[in-house]
Amino acid sequence: MIEISALNKAFGLNRVLQGVDLTVVTGTSTVIIGGSGTGKSVLLKCILGLVAPDSGTILLDGQDVAKAERDAFLAKFGMLFQGAALFDSMTVWQNVAFRLLRGSLKRPAGEAKEIAVEKLRRVGLTPDVAEKFPAELSGGMQKRVGLARAIAADPQIIFFDEPTTGLDPIMAGVINDLIREIVTEMGATAMTITHDMSSVRAIADRVAMLHGGVIRWEGPVEQMDGADDPYLRQFITGSAEGPIEAVR
Amino acid sequence: MILLSPLSALGRSTLALLAAIGRVALYFGRVLSHIVRPPWYPREFVVQLLQIGWLSLPVVGLTALFTGGALALQIYSGGSRFNAETVVPSIVAIGIARELGPVLGGLMVAGRVAAAIAAEIGTMKVTEQIDALVTLSTNPMKYLTVPRVLAATLCLPILVAVGDSIGIFGGYLVGTTRLGFNGTNYLQNTADFLEFWDVASGLVKGAVFGFIVALMGCFHGMNSGRGAQGVGKATTNAVVSASILILAANYILTGVFFSA
Repeated sequence: MIEISALNKAFGLNRVLQGVDLTVVTGTSTVIIGGSGTGKSVLLKCILGLVAPDSGTILLDGQDVAKAERDAFLAKFGMLFQGAALFDSMTVWQNVAFRLLRGSLKRPAGEAKEIAVEKLRRVGLTPDVAEKFPAELSGGMQKRVGLARAIAADPQIIFFDEPTTGLDPIMAGVINDLIREIVTEMGATAMTITHDMSSVRAIADRVAMLHGGVIRWEGPVEQMDGADDPYLRQFITGSAEGPIEAVR
Repeated sequence: MILLSPLSALGRSTLALLAAIGRVALYFGRVLSHIVRPPWYPREFVVQLLQIGWLSLPVVGLTALFTGGALALQIYSGGSRFNAETVVPSIVAIGIARELGPVLGGLMVAGRVAAAIAAEIGTMKVTEQIDALVTLSTNPMKYLTVPRVLAATLCLPILVAVGDSIGIFGGYLVGTTRLGFNGTNYLQNTADFLEFWDVASGLVKGAVFGFIVALMGCFHGMNSGRGAQGVGKATTNAVVSASILILAANYILTGVFFSA
C-alpha cells in the first residue's frame, strides 16, 4: 500500500503540491487525472525519489520511502515514461532486459534475452523487433517496448506516465487494454497519470483528481460520472466553462 | 538608480559565477566518491575508451602534424635572426612535448568529446532517459559519468603521446624537406635534447585535461535545460568551460613543473 500524506513541493514560487493526501491500495489500479501542469508527474517522481518533496510523508507498506534502502525500494517498481524513454544506444531487447543485465537482478545474457523476448511477445511485439534500435520503431511500438521494460523484472508496483499521449485513438486503445490486462494478471499495484478519459475508463479501479495542488476528488471509477464535484465534472466533460480556468 | 544598475549586474554575475564554481566543485567531489565505490560498469568504460580515445586519434594526429610542421618553420625563421637555426629539432620536440601536444590535443578533444558527452547526456535528460536509469536501479553518476571520466583521463595521455610523436614527425618532415636538415642529424638532435620529464610532464597534463573534458561534458549534460535550446546551450557551455579550464590548468601545471 502506498500512503501519501500532506505532501508539499514547490519550484521557486510555484507551489505545485500543497498537501496531497492519497492512499493506493495494494493490487488496485489508481488513475490520477488533472490538467497539464497540475503536478501529476511531480507526484509520481516524489514517490520514486526522483524529486525530493519539501514536506510530507510517503509510506510504502508502512515504511517511509525517504529512509528506504534505494536498490531494494526501486526493485519493486516499474515505470512506463511518457515518451517511453528508451535508451537509443541499445537494441530493443537490451532496453527491455536492462535491469536483468546488471545490478542485483543480473543473470546470464542469454537468459535475460529470452525473458526480454517473452515480455515483448506479451506486449504484442514479434521477436524480430528485439534486435532493432528504438529509433527504428513507431511511437506505438516504442510505448510497447517501454511497457515490456517496465514489467521485465515482474515489479510489484507499476507507474504509467501519460501512456497514450501522442498515439492515435486505436493504438491508445490497444495500450490501454494491454495495461489493464497486464496489471490484472500480474496482480500489481498500478498508478497511472493521464488526462485521457478513455484511458481512465479502461485502466482505473479508482480515480483521483489533482487540482490546485491537492486531491480534489477520489473514489471508485464507477462513481466518477455521478460525482457532483464541479471541478471533476468540468474535467470529465471537457467543458471550457466551469471553475477550472481555461486560457484561450 | 541608473548608476547602481551596472554594479548590481556585476554583483549578480559574480554571485552566479561563484554559485557555478560551487556546483562544479560539489560535482567533482561526487565523481571522485563514486569512482572508488562499486558498482562499476567495465563494459561502459570500454565503450567510452573507443569513443573518446580511438575516435579522437585522427583529429589529434592531424593537429599535431600541422603544428609540428608550422613550429619548425617558425623556429627556423626566428632562429635565423641570431644564427640559431640548428635548434629547430630540439625546440620543436620540447615545445610539442611540454606544451603544444597536451594543450592543443586537450583543446581538440574538448571540442569533440566534451560537446558529444554534453549533447548525449543532455538529450538523455530531456527525454527522461536519466530518470529511467534511476527507476531501473542504476545510478546515472556511476553508469554515465564515472566511465566517461575514467576513460578520458586514461585516453588523453595516450593521445598526447601519439600526438607528440606525430608532431615531432611533422617537424622532421618540414625540417628535412624544406629547411635542408639531414634526417639522421635531425633525429639525433631531437633525442639528445629531449628529456624524460619533458614528455612525462605533458602526459600528466594530458591526464588532467582529460579529466576536465569529461567532467565538464557530464556536468553540463546533467544540468542541461529543457528542449533543443537547453541541450545546445549545455553543449556550448561544456566546450567553452572545458577549454578555459584546460588553459588555466596548463598555466598552473607549467608553473608547478617548471618554475625555477
